[in-house]
Amino acid sequence: MQMRTIEISVGVFVLAGILAMVVLVVKVSGVSLQSDEGSYVIYAQFDDVAGLRKRAKVSMAGVTIGRVAGISVDPAYGVAVVALEIDKEIAELPVDTGARILTEGLLGARYIGLTPGADGEILLEGDFIEDTQGALVLENLIGDLVTRLGAS
Amino acid sequence: MRLIRHLGARTLDRVATLGRASVVWAQAVWGLPKIGDIPLLVRQIYSIGVLSLVIIVLSGFSIGAVIALQFYTQLARFGAEDAVGLGLALVLLRELGPVVTALLFAGRAGSAVTAEIGLMKSTEQLSSMEMMGVDPLHRIVAPRLWAGLICLPLLTTIFNVVAIYGGAVVAIQWLGSDPGGFWSGMQDAVEVWDDIGKGTVKSVVFALVVTWIAVFQGYDSEPTAEGIGRATTQTVVISSVMVLALDFLLTLGMYGDFK
Amino acid sequence: MSDETFIEISDLHFSRGPRKIFDGVSMSIPRGRITGIMGPSGTGKTTLLRIIGGQIRPDSGEVIVDGQDVCRMSRDELFEFRKQIGMLFQSSALFTDLSVFENVAFPLRVHTRLPEEVIRDLVLMKLNAVGLRGARDLQPSELSGGMARRVALARAIALDPALLMYDEPFTGQDPIAMGVLVSLIKNLNLALKTTALVVSHDIHETTSIADKLFVIADGKVIGEGSPESLRSNGSERIRQFMHGSPDGPVPFHYPADDLLYDVLGDSAG
Repeated sequence: MQMRTIEISVGVFVLAGILAMVVLVVKVSGVSLQSDEGSYVIYAQFDDVAGLRKRAKVSMAGVTIGRVAGISVDPAYGVAVVALEIDKEIAELPVDTGARILTEGLLGARYIGLTPGADGEILLEGDFIEDTQGALVLENLIGDLVTRLGAS
Repeated sequence: MRLIRHLGARTLDRVATLGRASVVWAQAVWGLPKIGDIPLLVRQIYSIGVLSLVIIVLSGFSIGAVIALQFYTQLARFGAEDAVGLGLALVLLRELGPVVTALLFAGRAGSAVTAEIGLMKSTEQLSSMEMMGVDPLHRIVAPRLWAGLICLPLLTTIFNVVAIYGGAVVAIQWLGSDPGGFWSGMQDAVEVWDDIGKGTVKSVVFALVVTWIAVFQGYDSEPTAEGIGRATTQTVVISSVMVLALDFLLTLGMYGDFK
Repeated sequence: MSDETFIEISDLHFSRGPRKIFDGVSMSIPRGRITGIMGPSGTGKTTLLRIIGGQIRPDSGEVIVDGQDVCRMSRDELFEFRKQIGMLFQSSALFTDLSVFENVAFPLRVHTRLPEEVIRDLVLMKLNAVGLRGARDLQPSELSGGMARRVALARAIALDPALLMYDEPFTGQDPIAMGVLVSLIKNLNLALKTTALVVSHDIHETTSIADKLFVIADGKVIGEGSPESLRSNGSERIRQFMHGSPDGPVPFHYPADDLLYDVLGDSAG
């Protein structure tokens, strides 16, 4: 075969490989190319985030409005601090917005659901959500139930 | 007594083979980076990579489709159809993508490389090259080693993408999953380094091992028709076993903490 | 012979496993002449060429080619040294992925920085010398055995080597191809003044072109000299080989018990 045809097909092959890598990163792992543009970060403290992962979605009324940007522990209080990256378009979240860790379906991934408040003041970059409810941990629930049954 | 001596001789044989293989590898890898060698490399990427594309794309599509089908029927029982996307992506990126591509690669490209080099050896092409003052390790072996190293990770990536889209076609178009749940479930779970990055590391390691075995089996083959046949079989068998064994070790090492 | 020596081999020992291939071989090969090395199959004639080319290292002994000791060269020196050697392999060893033209151009391309037009002219000249200028665009698979060997010869002389080694050039050729090769080897030697080494067991062809002959058997040189002197006056062994008699000091039978004993062995015993 002509060297030229070979060169072209090799070029196309390498391009296809690189393109496939881009597809994997963008489409499959969901890294958006303009991640920092058009979003702001607020924080929420939870007693327990069991199963919540970085880049899990943040939704309000079932609509995804952001992602979990990071999860860390505040050693002083022994609580988890979750950074939430919220789209700029949802700029006016009241300060009494509630955050709950929920599960998709019975076995699905954990995500954070926000329930809007009614306060006039709004959350700004770097603010903390006060009203939070951590993940429901099945073992803890069963433990509670057993102690209660024992007490009565 | 005889058994021990036999075992000892066999072990020494294996060690000697490994030694020869290392020398071949080292000498071949040493001399490549010269501008004049690029056409050779391009030619090998063509015959090793481009020609493997069809089998990779076909297998990728059908494997993705089958996984989606199986996951869907199982997960639908728990009402967790949205997890099909993430399950598919994780299984492919972490394990099946690198492993299946490496196995197909060993069968398609590895055996071809062994047979080609073996044939060159048996028709004295390697010898005559040496007699012309051209080192066959640089001219024949090195471009194939490098081409394999470049091609397999690319093929693995293409395989993964095709398989994920194959799974998407089955889950969404055919079984009627919700496309939003399929893709967002996948995007929530897949990490760039942990899943894509480590999968790529695996495919690079497999590329190294498979091309090394293929090239060395050809180079060290007995220069007869049977010898080449045997070497070709050996390439596929040894590569496959090595890929599976290494996959286990790499998974253990990289995803660790399974205690 | 008063010629200057080109290759000096002294006390060469080489064994493969338990088998001794060379057991103290010494020979001197004159410059600019055709030297034939003959002997029955399996006596290591090809091995000898490989030792001279530095592809195999002997167990002991010296091989001096044009004043350089082949056995003591480093890998890089060897590759440099081989640029002045052309070798014609028994299987022709053409590169199957290159056309006839590219095969002959190969040594020029890797060892020189000549411009493309010069390479083209040189290749066509070399191909013309073997009468295959018209076959330049064919692939090796399209050539007959004799043509392939001629292309390989053109490739071997591409760099105008000082030493040309022919490994069984006549084996498996039809009479016409054989005649062509004989005259080619002879003419190339006359035209290029190249030292030629022909390894063969084809007595007729070799004796017709060689200036000097060596006969090897059992790892030793058993006779050397001009073809005439060997034919008339060698030992019985050399005579048997030179005349191609089926039986003689090299026995027709592989060593075995007496036939009668072998056949009747059971009933006799």
